[in-house]
Amino acid sequence: MTTMTTAQDPIQHWDTEPHHHAEGASTNIGFWIYLMSDCLMFAVLFAVFGVLGQSFAAGPGPKALFDLELVALNTAFLLLSSITFGFAMLAMFAGNKRGTLGWLAVTLLFGLAFLMVEIYEFYHLIHLGAGPQRSAFLSSFFALVGTHGLHVGFGSIWLVTLMVQISRKGLIPANMRRMTCLSMFWHFLDVIWIGVFTFVYLLGMI
Amino acid sequence: MSAPAQDHAAHHDTPHHGHHPDGHDHGSYRSYTIGFILSVILTAIPFGLVMAGGFESRLLTAGIVVGFAAVQILVHMVYFLHMNTRSDEGWTALALIFTVVVVVIILAGSLWVMHNMNTNMMPQMDHSLPMSGFGS
Repeated sequence: MTTMTTAQDPIQHWDTEPHHHAEGASTNIGFWIYLMSDCLMFAVLFAVFGVLGQSFAAGPGPKALFDLELVALNTAFLLLSSITFGFAMLAMFAGNKRGTLGWLAVTLLFGLAFLMVEIYEFYHLIHLGAGPQRSAFLSSFFALVGTHGLHVGFGSIWLVTLMVQISRKGLIPANMRRMTCLSMFWHFLDVIWIGVFTFVYLLGMI
Repeated sequence: MSAPAQDHAAHHDTPHHGHHPDGHDHGSYRSYTIGFILSVILTAIPFGLVMAGGFESRLLTAGIVVGFAAVQILVHMVYFLHMNTRSDEGWTALALIFTVVVVVIILAGSLWVMHNMNTNMMPQMDHSLPMSGFGS
C-alpha cells in the first residue's frame, strides 16, 4: 500500500509545477521559428539565382523578358494587401467581426490580383519560349519567383478557410491565434517580395 | 453556442487594450499607415531610378537599389511584423539574428565559391589545353 503513494508522488509534483502555460501561449514563437526556416529556404533559392542568374545559354536575358511596370503593379498589390491585413488585425483586436472579415476579403482580393498578374507573366514568358527549361537563369528565376507565388497561393487558401472559421465561430481565442499566425506569414511574404523585386527584377534591368 | 464563445473572446480581449505583459505590440492605424507610406516611398524611388535608366555607374545604381531594399525590409519588420526585443522574452529577436547570420553565410558563401570557380577554372581550361593540331 505504501508503494502506491510513493508511485503517485512524482505525478503530484508534476501537476503542481508553477510554470503552467496557457493553451497556445507558445504558438507565436513556434510559428516565428517556422517562418525563419522558410526564410532559409528562400535564402538558398536566392543564392541559386545569384549563382545562375547570368547563365543565359545564349537565350533571352532579363532586359528582353521583364516588364518593370507589371512588377511595379504586383508590388503595389502586395503592399496594399499588407496594410489591409494590418487593418484586419486592428479590427480583430477591437472585437469587430464584420470589420475583420471585410478587411480580410480586401486582402484576399489583392492577393488574388497579385497571383493573376504573376500567372499572366509566367504564361507570357513560356509563350515566348522562355520557360524554365530554356536556360539556368530562367530555371532559377521560375524556382524562386514560383516558390514565392506558391506561398501567396497557399496563404490565400488559408485566408479563405480562416474567413469561414471566423464567420462561423466568431473571434474566439483560437481564431485570433490563427489570425496572428497568418498575419506574420502574409507580412513575411511581402518582405521576401522586396528581395525578389530588388535582386531579380531591378538589378536585372540595370 | 455563439454566446459563450463571444463572452470568451471579450474576456480574452481586455488585456490587449492596456499593458502587454507578453511584450507583443499590435500596432495602430497610425503605425500601419506610417509603415505603408514609408514602404511606398522606398519602393517608388528604386523603381523610378531603374525605369529612368539609372546613373552612369551601374554599380552606384545597384548599390542604391539594394540600400533601399535593406531599409524597406527594416521598415516592414518594425511597422508590419512588430519586431522588438521584448516579445517572447527576446526569443523572436534571437531567432531572427541567428537566421540572418545563416542567410548571410549561405548567400555570401555560395556567391564567393561559385564566382571563384567560374573565374579560376574556365580560362585555365582554355590556356592549359592548347587544342592546336587536333583538327580545327
